[in-house]
Amino acid sequence: MKNENLYNYILGIADNSLILGQRLGELTGHGPNLETDIACTNISLDLFGQVRSYFQYAGKIAGDGRSEDDIAMLRKEREYKNVLLVEQPNTNFAYTIARQFLFDAYHLAFLKELQKSPDLTLSAIANKCVKEVSYHERFSSDWVRRLGDGTEESREKMQEAINDLWMYTDELFHQTEADKAVVAEGIGVDVTNLKTAYYAYVAEVLEEATLEVPETKYFQKGGKNGVHTEHLGYILAELQYMQRTYPNMEW
Amino acid sequence: MTITEQHIDDILIPILEEVSDPEIPVLSIMDMGVVRSAKLIDGKVKVEITPTYSGCPAMDVIGDDIKTALKKAGYEAEIDLILHPAWTTDWITPRGRKALEDYGIAAPLEADADKAVLLEGKRLVKCTNCGSHNTRMVSQFGSTACKAQFQCDDCQEPFDYFKCLK
Repeated sequence: MKNENLYNYILGIADNSLILGQRLGELTGHGPNLETDIACTNISLDLFGQVRSYFQYAGKIAGDGRSEDDIAMLRKEREYKNVLLVEQPNTNFAYTIARQFLFDAYHLAFLKELQKSPDLTLSAIANKCVKEVSYHERFSSDWVRRLGDGTEESREKMQEAINDLWMYTDELFHQTEADKAVVAEGIGVDVTNLKTAYYAYVAEVLEEATLEVPETKYFQKGGKNGVHTEHLGYILAELQYMQRTYPNMEW
Repeated sequence: MTITEQHIDDILIPILEEVSDPEIPVLSIMDMGVVRSAKLIDGKVKVEITPTYSGCPAMDVIGDDIKTALKKAGYEAEIDLILHPAWTTDWITPRGRKALEDYGIAAPLEADADKAVLLEGKRLVKCTNCGSHNTRMVSQFGSTACKAQFQCDDCQEPFDYFKCLK
């Protein structure tokens, strides 16, 4: 492939949205109440829509006729480049919200930078996504505050979820070799520059939510290079079921 | 001409005005602002549409409906989905806003007001049933990607609010 770095770079962005979208989709009909159920699945729908734009572009770059569905459905576990954070299970609503907030805060900052990319397709996608993700971040940060600054039990659960997922946040700011190459070309976003502002913003919201910023300095990594937690295999089993069972089926 | 303007051949306007949003049937795709250009070139029509939200499932249907409407009028059509410039609620025409209100969906406010309504709980959205501004947000996500759920505290009517997108 002529532009393999850019292809892999785009997959790295899109896989985060794909896997998080799939996780949120699991809540269809299972949200804690009607409004949050609808909210989580709305966010899921936005993310899948964004993924389509990215994968259509990646398909064009690959130039061998592979479609957005091929890219979404026909890769193996080690070929998915999403961060470990987004594949973590829903567990309970506090975990769903913590995962969402820790990702949204990054996602929004990332897209704001991607809007400036000289690659016109990427900047157009980012322009579109940033509007939607602003709503996601409003929703998730609002719920962090409500649960954190809520009852004793909701605070305890929210804190536990933040503590447990914290070790997956550092990976958001790691770069693969493909990322570095695309950043060097001036097309990609240098995520290492987003880290300080991210942690400052997250700390601000946690403080408003009367929650503690976890002190751990131990962080997990691997997802961006295809080394995942055990959860991803199960997600893919469900996500790819139809394509694996009825190869080449079309919707 | 700016890129945010629509470029549509006059002869095609009445045909496209007959095509409506499948989820909000009172709103034509022209009043919605999703048709960015439509040009008749050598007997074939090239139409560019832009999605309201990335995941909006109505876009595929809208593309098909445009093709069908143009075919009825004797034109073959080709649909392109474009992302830039990104759709904004500012492109909904005054006629479109009125159609939304009549249908029971409150039209989008200005960006600042939208934020105040969704985040700070300000009561600025007019109830589509009784006209009162004594309304509150129930959830910032609703039955479709573009709507939030509201309720009126005077007449108790629940209704949809079309979220502002800038």
